[in-house]
Amino acid sequence: MTRARTLYDKIWDEHLVSAAPGELPVIYIDRHLVHEVTSPQAFEGLRMAGRTVRHPEKTLAVPDHNVPTDKANRAGGIEGISDPESKLQVQTLAANAAEFGIEHLAMDDIRQGIVHIVGPEQGFTQPGMTIVCGDSHTSTHGAFGALAFGIGTSEVEHVLATQTLRMPQSKNMRVTVNGTPGPGVGAKDIALAIIGKIGTAGGTGYVIEYAGEAIRALSMEGRMTLCNMSIEGGARAGLIAPDEKTFDYIKGRPKAPKGGGWEQALAYWKTLFSDDGAHFDAEIVIDAADIPPLVTWGTSPEDVAPVTGVVPDPANESDPGRRAAKERALDYMGLTAGQKLSEVKVDRVFIGSCTNGRIEDLRAVASIAKGRKVAAHVNAMIVPGSGLVKEQAEREGLDAIFIEAGFDWREPGCSMCLAMNADKLKPEERCASTSNRNFEGRQGRGGRTHLVSPVMAAAAAIKGTLTDVRELV
Amino acid sequence: MEPFTTLTAVAAPLPLVNVDTDMIIPKQFLKTIQRSGLGNALFDEMRRTPDGKDIPDFVLNKPAYKNAKILVSGANFGCGSSREHAPWALLDFGFRCIIAPSFADIFYGNCFKNGILPIALPQDQIDKLMDDAERGANAIISVDLEKQEIRGPDGGVITFDIDPFRKQILLNGWDDIGLTLRDGAAIDDYEAKAKLAKPWL
Repeated sequence: MTRARTLYDKIWDEHLVSAAPGELPVIYIDRHLVHEVTSPQAFEGLRMAGRTVRHPEKTLAVPDHNVPTDKANRAGGIEGISDPESKLQVQTLAANAAEFGIEHLAMDDIRQGIVHIVGPEQGFTQPGMTIVCGDSHTSTHGAFGALAFGIGTSEVEHVLATQTLRMPQSKNMRVTVNGTPGPGVGAKDIALAIIGKIGTAGGTGYVIEYAGEAIRALSMEGRMTLCNMSIEGGARAGLIAPDEKTFDYIKGRPKAPKGGGWEQALAYWKTLFSDDGAHFDAEIVIDAADIPPLVTWGTSPEDVAPVTGVVPDPANESDPGRRAAKERALDYMGLTAGQKLSEVKVDRVFIGSCTNGRIEDLRAVASIAKGRKVAAHVNAMIVPGSGLVKEQAEREGLDAIFIEAGFDWREPGCSMCLAMNADKLKPEERCASTSNRNFEGRQGRGGRTHLVSPVMAAAAAIKGTLTDVRELV
Repeated sequence: MEPFTTLTAVAAPLPLVNVDTDMIIPKQFLKTIQRSGLGNALFDEMRRTPDGKDIPDFVLNKPAYKNAKILVSGANFGCGSSREHAPWALLDFGFRCIIAPSFADIFYGNCFKNGILPIALPQDQIDKLMDDAERGANAIISVDLEKQEIRGPDGGVITFDIDPFRKQILLNGWDDIGLTLRDGAAIDDYEAKAKLAKPWL
């Protein structure tokens, strides 16, 4: 009988190209996504070394970080990008894709969007694959039972040239979420609860497999939100074993297997689960019923508290390094220990990103926004994750609900998740954000970010303060 | 890539945990299409006021640390974004070695691609090196990769662990794409088998 293996071990073994003694193993990469920020130096490296792209058909390019999300500039295409450096990056991606024969979804293509939304949407992302991108949130694709992780630009070049990577094998962690979450609690809260528990470095060196009743109950969108945030807990990749929901999601998408290939793929995908008795180096168990709607109060995604709670006191932190970090965070965030979180006033709301920019997120926001108004002092923007998400939302009339409520309904892109385009916070502006990082300066220098779920962001927009969404459902 | 063998240089203290790559190089500097010239952007928002003036208290603005090549910092160094601009900026400033209790995985791997040696040590040894690094221009630390040894200003020796393959990459300054392509037959074999087993891919 063969050894009981985890899902991660199965995918790893399946992709092992070589493991010479004294060397790091070489693993095969099935799919590669590239965007404009982390790829130009990789293509330049190929050119300088006289190398080619080994399998251009296994790579998909899409600009997302620098694209404008306002209608006027967007309508101008690449010429509409006012920042010359941003424009050059987007132009360079298009030129590199053309030169090396890589499929490129240009800014004005309806399929354009955030690379981690586009991959699944196009059926490019499939179970059992190894998928990489020069972007840490590549962990998103683990929702399909694919081993997906972010890489640096030198590794982007390595994948382009060889379709492989050299890397050490990770350890296995299983996070089991039992039970049923209460009202107003979703995948984002589960993700934040896990990060709050294990810490922002808790998953370092591990691949996390998410399991349990609450994970099975999540939609594919929810699973993507959860796997997306794996990196905020330090894990390079998160995984969820594929099931009928996964297969239903993929079937019929443009790049999904077709005909006989579908049946063959499906038979393989059904073998992708952790065997009974497989060894996990670490196990975490959480009950979904214990998770309230959460917000972050500091500058690390582990700085999590219930929205009904108060800003924690750094003095209660025993580790001196962590205590200093929490004190610095409160100073940066303009908060004081003991302050009620539900009384913290927000200036801005950002709904979107590869964490929460999918159609289901927008439906959830609409369910709170419908018939209500954004508070007068709040500027609330909604940025769909892709052109297809935007089109779907408009087909369902969600845009009308958002506009009627006073939200700013925008064009797709990464936008204020990392503020590389014109969408950014001013110093000391406070934002409830559905994105993934509350680091200092992440959404603009001096900007103050509170990470929340889509419904919590909608509630904050309407009340004008961090708000327990359960008051509005 | 420039090989890393031994390094004797000023060590700069940055006693913060969770130094993320957004801190190391803020996003406005990621718009370049080149690897070079990012040293000026290193730690920009901690180093300069919004109107571009140096903040004198920040360690890298102190004259004693202008030529530092070793950085001693807190746990989970390099967390967050995968941006290789972070090691590029560190390298361009002059840093060849980062010493911390732990590193985020992606950043750690990126260092080896750029001739930077990341060294993880237990907290008590970090505390000692952090004290050493606080001595300004006298904070001279020596790192010997071959021997896997760090020598502090008082002559005390600390040993460190490193993956033997990554050690060879750094010692020799190897281009790892070239190394992988040398073994191209193994990739050909893998692809031939995968084509039969998983034709839908």
